[in-house]
Amino acid sequence: MADHIAVRTLPLTGFHGGSSAVRLEAAAPAERISLRVRAEDVAALSGPLGIDLPVKPKTSSSDNGRTALWLGPDEWLVIAEGGSDVGNSLMQAAKNSGALHSAADVSHRNTAILVSGQGAAAAINAGCPQDLSLKAFPVGACSRTVLGKVEIVLLRTAEEAFRVEVWRSFSDYAFGLLAEGAQDAAV
Amino acid sequence: MLLIHCPYCEEDRSELEFRWAGEAHIARPENIAAISDEEFAEYFFLRNNEKGLTYERWRHIHGCGRFFNAARDTVSDRFLTTYKAGLPKQVLPETGASEKTVETYEATEGDAR
Repeated sequence: MADHIAVRTLPLTGFHGGSSAVRLEAAAPAERISLRVRAEDVAALSGPLGIDLPVKPKTSSSDNGRTALWLGPDEWLVIAEGGSDVGNSLMQAAKNSGALHSAADVSHRNTAILVSGQGAAAAINAGCPQDLSLKAFPVGACSRTVLGKVEIVLLRTAEEAFRVEVWRSFSDYAFGLLAEGAQDAAV
Repeated sequence: MLLIHCPYCEEDRSELEFRWAGEAHIARPENIAAISDEEFAEYFFLRNNEKGLTYERWRHIHGCGRFFNAARDTVSDRFLTTYKAGLPKQVLPETGASEKTVETYEATEGDAR
């Protein structure tokens, strides 16, 4: 039995796209949890997770390679870069808090596409109705929204860089649409 | 594209992120096992389907995920106000919108065909 080895396949392996104005990359695997916490327990969760959970709409906070994205009044997506293959440190941290919460491990449900370059916002706007100007969507802003016919979570990591979190089974559609948008953004 | 104000996100968002969720302010009867079939049908199946000012539930399903209430004019399709779920009905004056106030092709484009 010991010679049976599970091999991890990443959903966007081999995908490539982009244009002279936009760079598209599949993000490295990461740990993620979908976290639901009542307002009175937010502080109790922030300590063990090592990040302050943002309470203002459309904001995120980032510390020690972990990012917490506000999705709703009691809902966050927490992402930890470079997780291990086994286990989830975020699940353990949330459990250690001892506070009432719901945490679901969604590390493998989601994958992410990194969109960067001067045409990044235009490429995403090919399928996303949000205003991505720096005034309305500054660096660090995040939102659950739509891209074409799939739901995404969008995070602005820099003035010309976005992280598009998408369910893995939708990721080829999302990547294809962004590749089309990238072509249009370069025209 | 319609912009709808989400009271939880505190921002106007595209209609693509929202779903309609039926009439608002329908209270479930306290004594639901005791009421008659007619009273149950009235509560469960029958809706007012008003023309003009209506109160509806909407859900920001591709955003914060929250249900909220909206006052909308079904003639002009205009959202008059939105407010958080659980708040009492916001009393608004009748808008007096009629079919004449609807933006039609003829009204907005004139003779430019």
